Amino acid sequence: MIGADWIYWLCGGFFFIAGVLIAYDRTHPKRWPTAAFWCLFGASLCAGTLVPAWLLGAAVIIMALLGGVGLTSRGNVRTTSDAEREASATRLRNLLFVPALTIPAVTVIVAVGGGRISIGGRAFLVPGSQTLVGLGVATIAALGVGWLLLRPKNPAIAFVEGRRLLEAIGWATLLPQMLATLGLLFTQAGVGTQVGAIMQHIVPEHSRFLAVLAYAVGMALFTIIMGNAFAAFPIMTAAVGWPILVQQMGANPAPMFAIGMLAGFCGTLCTPMAANFNLVPPALLEMKDKYGQIKTQIPTAIAIFAVNVCLMLIVPFR
Amino acid sequence: MIVLLGVALVVVGFALRINPLLVVTVAGIVSALLAGLTPLHILEGFGSGFAASRSVTLAFFVLPIIGLLERYGLQQRAKQLVSRAAGLTAGRLLLAYLFFRQLLAAFGLTSIGGTPQMVRPVIYPMAEGAALRAYGAVNDDVTETIKANAAAADTIGAFFGEDCFVAIGSVLLIAGYVDASYHLKLDALQIAIWAIPTAVAAFLIHGFRLLRLDGRLARMID
Repeated sequence: MIGADWIYWLCGGFFFIAGVLIAYDRTHPKRWPTAAFWCLFGASLCAGTLVPAWLLGAAVIIMALLGGVGLTSRGNVRTTSDAEREASATRLRNLLFVPALTIPAVTVIVAVGGGRISIGGRAFLVPGSQTLVGLGVATIAALGVGWLLLRPKNPAIAFVEGRRLLEAIGWATLLPQMLATLGLLFTQAGVGTQVGAIMQHIVPEHSRFLAVLAYAVGMALFTIIMGNAFAAFPIMTAAVGWPILVQQMGANPAPMFAIGMLAGFCGTLCTPMAANFNLVPPALLEMKDKYGQIKTQIPTAIAIFAVNVCLMLIVPFR
Repeated sequence: MIVLLGVALVVVGFALRINPLLVVTVAGIVSALLAGLTPLHILEGFGSGFAASRSVTLAFFVLPIIGLLERYGLQQRAKQLVSRAAGLTAGRLLLAYLFFRQLLAAFGLTSIGGTPQMVRPVIYPMAEGAALRAYGAVNDDVTETIKANAAAADTIGAFFGEDCFVAIGSVLLIAGYVDASYHLKLDALQIAIWAIPTAVAAFLIHGFRLLRLDGRLARMID
C-alpha cells in the first residue's frame, strides 16, 4: 500500500533546500534566523511521527517564535526580468501551460484511477490519501515535463524559483498548521463544551425562528473563532441542532445539518483563523493588505448566510 | 469558563494586528495551561498537532514547478492570451473561473484550482491582462482589487461546490458524527443534495458581485 509519507519527505526536502539556499545567501537581510526557520520546517515535515511528539512540539514552538517575533524576512532572489519573461512567453507560447495543466490532470487520474486499484485484495493507495498521493505524483510529473519542455541550463533553478515563492509567503506558510494545532489544544482544554453549555442556556426553546437563528449564528461565530466549520459542527449540533431543532421541533436532520454546516462556511469566509484559505493566498499573491481577500468576501458571506437561514427555516420543517 | 480566555486572546490578538503566528502560539499555551496540562503535555500537543496537520502544507509542494514556469513567462503568456480576447473583462473572467471551480469541486475535483497552481500563475495575470486591455494602464488599487477578487473567487467556488460531493470531508463528517452520536442512519447523498440550493445561491450572489467588479475597476481608473 502506498501512503502519503513519502510526499511529506519530498515537501520537507524542498523546504530544507530553501533553507540551505538562504543560508548561502550573503545578501539576505535576516540570513541565519530565516535559514533556521525553513530548515527546521523541512526537517519537521520529514520527521512527522518518527520522533517523540514533545521534540517535534519544541521545534514547532521555536519556528513559531522565529516567525512570530519578526526574526525572519524575505530575501532577494535573482530571477528573470519582465522583458525576458515577455520574450520567453512569446517564444514558448502555449507550451508553458502544459506543465501547469499536468498537475490537475495527473492528480485526478491518480486520485480517481489509483483509488480503484487493489492488489491481492488490498487497496493500492492507502484509503484517504488518494488525493495527496495524486498531488505528489502530479507535481513530480509536472516538474519532469517542465524540465523536458523548457530545458533550463540548470534544472536545480526550479528550487531557487520555489524558494522565491516560498519566501513570498514567509512565516504564513506555518500558520495553517499552527491553527489546526490550536484547534486541537482548544478541544483538549474543553473550549467546545463550555461554548456548548453557554449556548444551551441562552437558546429559547419555543421559538423556531430564534432556535434556527441561534444554530446558524452559533455555527458562523464559532467557525470564525476556530477557523474551521468542522470544529464548530459537533459542538453546535450537540447544543442546539439535535436536542432543540430535531428532537423538540421535529426538523428533518439531513437538510438541517447540511445547511447548518454551510452557515459555518460563511464564517470561514470572514476569519483570519482560516489562514490557508484567507491569509496564505494574499501572501502568495503579494498583496499589500493581507486582509484584503477577507474584506472582499464578507459581503458575499453575509448574503449567503441570510439565504441559509431562510432555507433552514423552511426546508427541514416541510 | 476560564478556558475561554484562550479564545479571547486570539480575538484581541487579531484585532490588534499582532503577528498571528505569535498570537496563536501564546493562545494555545495559555489555554492548555489553564486546562491544567503539564508543559510536557503542551509540547506533545504542539508536536502531534503539527504531525497530524501536515497535509495542509503539501499545497506548497507545487511551488518549484510553478516558480520555474513563472521564470519562463507563464504569467506573461496568460496576459498575452487574454489581450486578444475582445469582450473578456476581469469580472467576466473571474465569473467563468468561479463557475468552473464550483462545478469541478461539486464533482470532488477540488485539487484542480487553488492559489499556488491556478490563481497566481494563470487566473490573476489573465484578469489583470483583461483590465490592461480595457484601460491601457492599471494602478496599484486596481491590481490589489483584482488580486483580492481572484483569491476570493477561488475560495468561494471551492467552499460552495465541494459540499455537493458525497465523498468530501464535510459531508462525511456530518454523516459520521450524527450517526455515531445519535444512532441515525443519515444518507450522505441526502446531505450533499441539500447543499445544492446554497451552492446555487452562492454562485448567483458572488457572480452578481463579480459582474459589478468591472464598473468598480473603471471608477478606480478615473
